[in-house]
Amino acid sequence: MSDLPPTSPVVPRPFSWRSFGRFLGNAALESLDGGKVFYVWMICLSAVFLVGANAWAVQVRDGMALTNMSDHVSWGLYIANFTFLVGLAAGGVMMVIPAYLYHDEEMHDIVIIGELLAIAAIIMSLMFVVCDLGRPDRFWHLLPPFGRLNFPVSMLSWDVIVLNGYLFINAYICAYLLYTRYLGLTPNPRWYVPFVFLSIIWAISIHTVTAFLYCGLGGRPFWNTALLAPRFLASAFVSGPAFIVLAIQVIRQAVGRHFGDGPIRTLVNIMRITILVNLLMVVSEVFTEFYTGGAHTSSGRYLYFGLHGHTELVPWIWCSVGLVIVAAGLLLSPSVFTNPWVLNTACVLAFIGIWIEKGMGLIIPGFVPSTLHEIVEYRPSAIEWKVTAGIWALGLILYTLFIKIAAGIFLNRTKLQALPDIQPAPAPAETPSISATS
Amino acid sequence: MSSNGPTGKEGNGGTDGGGGGCGKSDCGCVSRRTVMKGVGATLGTAAFARAIAPLTEWAANISADEFLQRHYKELSLVDLNIVLRRLEKETKDDYGAEVTISDPKPQEGVKFGYALNLSVCNGCRKCAEACHIENNHDRPSHQSYIRVFEMQKGTMDMEQGNVNYDKPVPQPDKFYMPVQCQQCEHPPCVDVCPVEATWKEPDGIVVVDYNWCIGCRYCEAACPYHARRFNWTKPEIPKEEINPDQGYLSNRIRPQGTMEKCTFCLHRTRNGRLPACLEACPTGARVFGNLLDPKSEIRWVLEHKRVFILKEDLGLKPQFFYFFDS
Repeated sequence: MSDLPPTSPVVPRPFSWRSFGRFLGNAALESLDGGKVFYVWMICLSAVFLVGANAWAVQVRDGMALTNMSDHVSWGLYIANFTFLVGLAAGGVMMVIPAYLYHDEEMHDIVIIGELLAIAAIIMSLMFVVCDLGRPDRFWHLLPPFGRLNFPVSMLSWDVIVLNGYLFINAYICAYLLYTRYLGLTPNPRWYVPFVFLSIIWAISIHTVTAFLYCGLGGRPFWNTALLAPRFLASAFVSGPAFIVLAIQVIRQAVGRHFGDGPIRTLVNIMRITILVNLLMVVSEVFTEFYTGGAHTSSGRYLYFGLHGHTELVPWIWCSVGLVIVAAGLLLSPSVFTNPWVLNTACVLAFIGIWIEKGMGLIIPGFVPSTLHEIVEYRPSAIEWKVTAGIWALGLILYTLFIKIAAGIFLNRTKLQALPDIQPAPAPAETPSISATS
Repeated sequence: MSSNGPTGKEGNGGTDGGGGGCGKSDCGCVSRRTVMKGVGATLGTAAFARAIAPLTEWAANISADEFLQRHYKELSLVDLNIVLRRLEKETKDDYGAEVTISDPKPQEGVKFGYALNLSVCNGCRKCAEACHIENNHDRPSHQSYIRVFEMQKGTMDMEQGNVNYDKPVPQPDKFYMPVQCQQCEHPPCVDVCPVEATWKEPDGIVVVDYNWCIGCRYCEAACPYHARRFNWTKPEIPKEEINPDQGYLSNRIRPQGTMEKCTFCLHRTRNGRLPACLEACPTGARVFGNLLDPKSEIRWVLEHKRVFILKEDLGLKPQFFYFFDS
């Protein structure tokens, strides 16, 4: 994208809510247009989403007994995915920091890929929380002034605030950038750069606060460690960039343009460090648990080796450890920059490894053994897998559409005149294109 | 994903992009693509409506009054009365039982405490059973607020305890330790609740507004005593087994998807009666009373016996005490 010279854009139009509405309309229409691959992809995702929606509806009607959660393991796959997705959302910031703090121009051009990921991931994480609620109809109890948000005592109330705040900040930034570009204007840094810096701090906060949800509980020694929040961040800064690298490559194929080698190199360099920091923290925790021993470490023993013959999580966690170690090896090898297969494999392995580690490997052992040292194991039920797949499908649908909207505007394909504005557009919609610099 | 290289070509030209359709165009410009999209959207919407149909069945069981009910602490006496009558009617409709739901208030100068004599408890689990009946617990899951642990003599390590024992009691090498809500002075379950659906009453009892709880189960994760329970389904109780003497904050039948917990039977104890678990205990292991009354039995126990507190190191200051004779 950036190889094109900045040209004086299409005749600028003034901002108005009406034209913003039209912009949204055009963008939505444009985003639904695509080739065969696009439609197959979207139909498959929609089908999975429908299965998930149905599973959730049944779960709400018949009760959460349809999940395999219990009074002993009272959070399961949903909260596991929620935790991971907060990290994925925070991980998008690893594009924003190089772009805005280190003025990496090439990264700057495509930083919206990370910002849109943050939006999709936050929406998914919020949906996982809603699906975990026994009474989703009482959701309004969280919303002042009619509800009673227990702020600032409950960390969950903080989480509600920071997650929604992060969603709004990113939605605003993306909408502003895309809309100004659509109008043919150059985005005014005054109107969005402060929010970008806010989003950087906010990204750290969402994962920190989410870690505080768990590590503030004195009755759960497995979570009650000061290392939890730093570990969350380290792993988020692996999974986020890994996803973005893969996304960039898919987008390159889809729009038929080559871009983003520089950003990918930067993201790989980031992952090379964060994945090692994450492994170091795992080693540190494992050492503390096993060298000390005692009752407080029984969750750790259950997770890694099983406890009194209960070994449900052992394959999960060793799978995760293996994936992350292999990914680290691949990322550190020089061929990661030359061989796309090495890069892609590393990203996929790291992503799955962290998904297990931040999900099943973190949430479930907090409950096993229970606070009264009973051992009740947990394996997600079919309903839980369906709902989980459904939310992921919806997230991917949203992300695909967001990226299509952005690509359409950045590549000047979204047609300004599609829904007629004040006058027929003077319309050099076919001009070579606006450069993506903002 | 979006292979939109060729995209624009078809739907583009004179016809304004894919799905729009220009209002005034009668040139037969509605492309095949647009029609397909229309069909797709219609089918998709229909499929979605079908998929979430169970939600409408579920919503039909929630009245507007129930949905809009305010937090317990925001209800005036009149409002509260309306709510209590509504709940009685719902119980009648759902379970066929005539019940009375009251809302006894905490008494001035009373702070409840509970002590349990581990030297005499024989592990018969009569307390857990009494709790099950008194508090209108779900029958199929045998729910109870009390879990009795069979512990190995010579250790207080709960990891060596067993809650699913099935031998005659008491076994000679065992002792027995019932655990229920410890009614902490600093309850972590109350702190973590995002909607203030649970709180500590002036007489020391931690209660839940079952009609305000959103069912996030954060309190269940926070409690170190495994004292909280979730209603994974709508509780099932045969009509004739329902305890009709119910309290709003205690033993009324809880709605599906909400938390519940031991309330020291406040519908009894606030009216001068003893908790059901105490009345059921055949060994006299349980002592209940007012911690603020220097002449109460519980104060005597705390002053004269070897008392200990479960997980005292957590600093939550429970008002539930264990003690040994001699």
